[in-house]
Amino acid sequence: MLSIKNLQVAIGDKQILHGVDLEVQAGEVHAIMGPNGSGKSTLAAVLAGREDYEIISGEVIFNGKNLLELAPEERAGEGLFLAFQYPVEIPGVSNTNFLKAAVNAIRKYRGQEPLDAVQFLKLIKEKMKLVNMDQSLLSRSLNEGFSGGEKKRNEIFQMAVLEPKLAILDETDSGLDIDALRIVANGVNALRNKDNAILLITHYQRLLEYIVPDYVHVLYKGRIIRSGDKNLALELEEKGYDWIKAQVEAQQPSL
Amino acid sequence: MEKSDLKAQMLSYAQARAPQTPIHLQALHLLEELEIPTTKHEEWKYLNLKNLLSRTYTFANGNQQESQFPQSIPNICDNNSANVLTFVNGVYRPELSCLVSPPSELTVCSLLEAKSNYPNLVDLYFGKYANADQHIFAAFNTALEAQGAFVYVPNNKVVETPVVIRCIACPKESHLLIQVRHLIVVGRSAQLTLVEHYSSASTPYHSFTNLVAEVIVLENAHLQHYKIQDESATASHIGLTQVWQLQDSYYANTTISLDGELTRNNLHIALDGQNCQAYMNGLYVLDNKTVTDNHTVVDHRKPNSSSNELYKGILKGKTQAIFNGKIFVRPNAQKTNAFQSNKNILLSPNAQVDTKPQLEIWADDVKCSHGCTVGALDEEPLFYLRTRGIDEENARALLIFAFAQDVLERIELPSVRQYVEKSIAERLKMNL
Repeated sequence: MLSIKNLQVAIGDKQILHGVDLEVQAGEVHAIMGPNGSGKSTLAAVLAGREDYEIISGEVIFNGKNLLELAPEERAGEGLFLAFQYPVEIPGVSNTNFLKAAVNAIRKYRGQEPLDAVQFLKLIKEKMKLVNMDQSLLSRSLNEGFSGGEKKRNEIFQMAVLEPKLAILDETDSGLDIDALRIVANGVNALRNKDNAILLITHYQRLLEYIVPDYVHVLYKGRIIRSGDKNLALELEEKGYDWIKAQVEAQQPSL
Repeated sequence: MEKSDLKAQMLSYAQARAPQTPIHLQALHLLEELEIPTTKHEEWKYLNLKNLLSRTYTFANGNQQESQFPQSIPNICDNNSANVLTFVNGVYRPELSCLVSPPSELTVCSLLEAKSNYPNLVDLYFGKYANADQHIFAAFNTALEAQGAFVYVPNNKVVETPVVIRCIACPKESHLLIQVRHLIVVGRSAQLTLVEHYSSASTPYHSFTNLVAEVIVLENAHLQHYKIQDESATASHIGLTQVWQLQDSYYANTTISLDGELTRNNLHIALDGQNCQAYMNGLYVLDNKTVTDNHTVVDHRKPNSSSNELYKGILKGKTQAIFNGKIFVRPNAQKTNAFQSNKNILLSPNAQVDTKPQLEIWADDVKCSHGCTVGALDEEPLFYLRTRGIDEENARALLIFAFAQDVLERIELPSVRQYVEKSIAERLKMNL
């Protein structure tokens, strides 16, 4: 579904990703872990189409298409979704109007008829249950005055409504209390199926107790330096990032 | 034509026509004294009248009456859902007007009729509030018997049906200078919703509307006042709206300016009683070469009143917006609350905003604040919307509309809000 080969990315004159390789198949959940500043969020932003970055080399193929050539809205149309680490507050745009615009824009991209008001309402009512969304949040301005937990829940709610093929969750767990984390994780788990894939970007192993990944990758200094199964996350939790940093630097002093 | 020519033209026109009453003669005297302001004048520093003064105008006096009503001019309210007074080129057109409220509740007619039918009421208020000392155009307007609307709500009457004053500029044979004069009086504990709607037909000729409106809000009265300027590129407007509020009164002015050639709105509110509330809301959405200048003054003369001002602007093309917000708090106006905010979005590198708050506070126990912002559309929300599948053009339109939302939300009359939202959506080429 997603194939990243030798992706090198810079912002300004600072290179952040030094050659990332990653293969994700339908039905899989991958976790990307790493210390602060390792390039995790850059990877998420580049995949979603943020324009501040310069692609130095490499390619990203998503469902047979060259992802890096597509505008952010086209990527969404193709089935890519990014749950933001810091969801943006947009005063004056109601959550409902925004979602309706998004759903119908993506349907249009896919050559489908727009949903009418009744069909749309039915869809969001069904999806609200997944993340225990409060009805009152829908009529409010997008994320405005939402608590941290409400914002993250709203991201997963959007994911539920837009039904992406590949969802990238950028530190969706950071800063959440355990109740909010459970709600978010339950929502994500309910959306998992054999046709979609999830990329979890996280700093903490705790999330992976609730959303169990098939693969865990460690990103450090812009490269994936270690891949494994969920046990790798446990090992990291126990020994800390310094352990793996030390190991890597012993092997590759040039890094 | 030099600018002094317009002054000379105004003066000789007024000298031939000014009625022999003290108010008109005093205005005539002011007209002689005053000069047409240039950008050297502090209050006109950013507004260049050069184009406006470069033309020769015919003075609209009713002879240019258009037999054909310009059909393209949209209505804000349906007939029968509002008391509508229509003026075409400054001339009252009863056949295009429609009055539905009972006379016991509301007196509404042209100011000319009011002078003969209700001379005592008109004498009590006319020319007492609009201060033409510094304003040559207001002096000219006052010196003449300018036409316009007279609206009077007796004490304790609540007018359920709004009053809409439609002023249509439609110059057919020459550039036209149009005088408009309104007198609005809302009696003690009375309530009214008033809409001034300025629009213009697209013709090869330019129109220049010179407005003076006097608005008196008596004790405990409540007035919602909308000024909607939905103009063609050949229409200019210089207006002075002078509001006088007595104690416990509520006045909300919402001024929406959509295009036009040059617009200067002077909105002056005097809070001459305790416990007054004044709201000044403004929104200008400008494209092409439009210049819009909003000068507001709120004068807190007595204690315990509040004023709240929010003006927002969206500028495209080669447009210019000027905002100057003055707040006076007089020495005895203790416990005054005065807030002011002006925010602008520039959607083009050629658009320009000149914004200036001016606070003069002589009382010591007050809460006053002001702020202004000028900037481009934020990139972060734009990216967020695009990652949800909304294309760049629609995402921009959604965000621009959202920016205007807090002003639009203050429009309480649904038909006005729909009209304004639709006009803005058309300008932003978005589907609502």
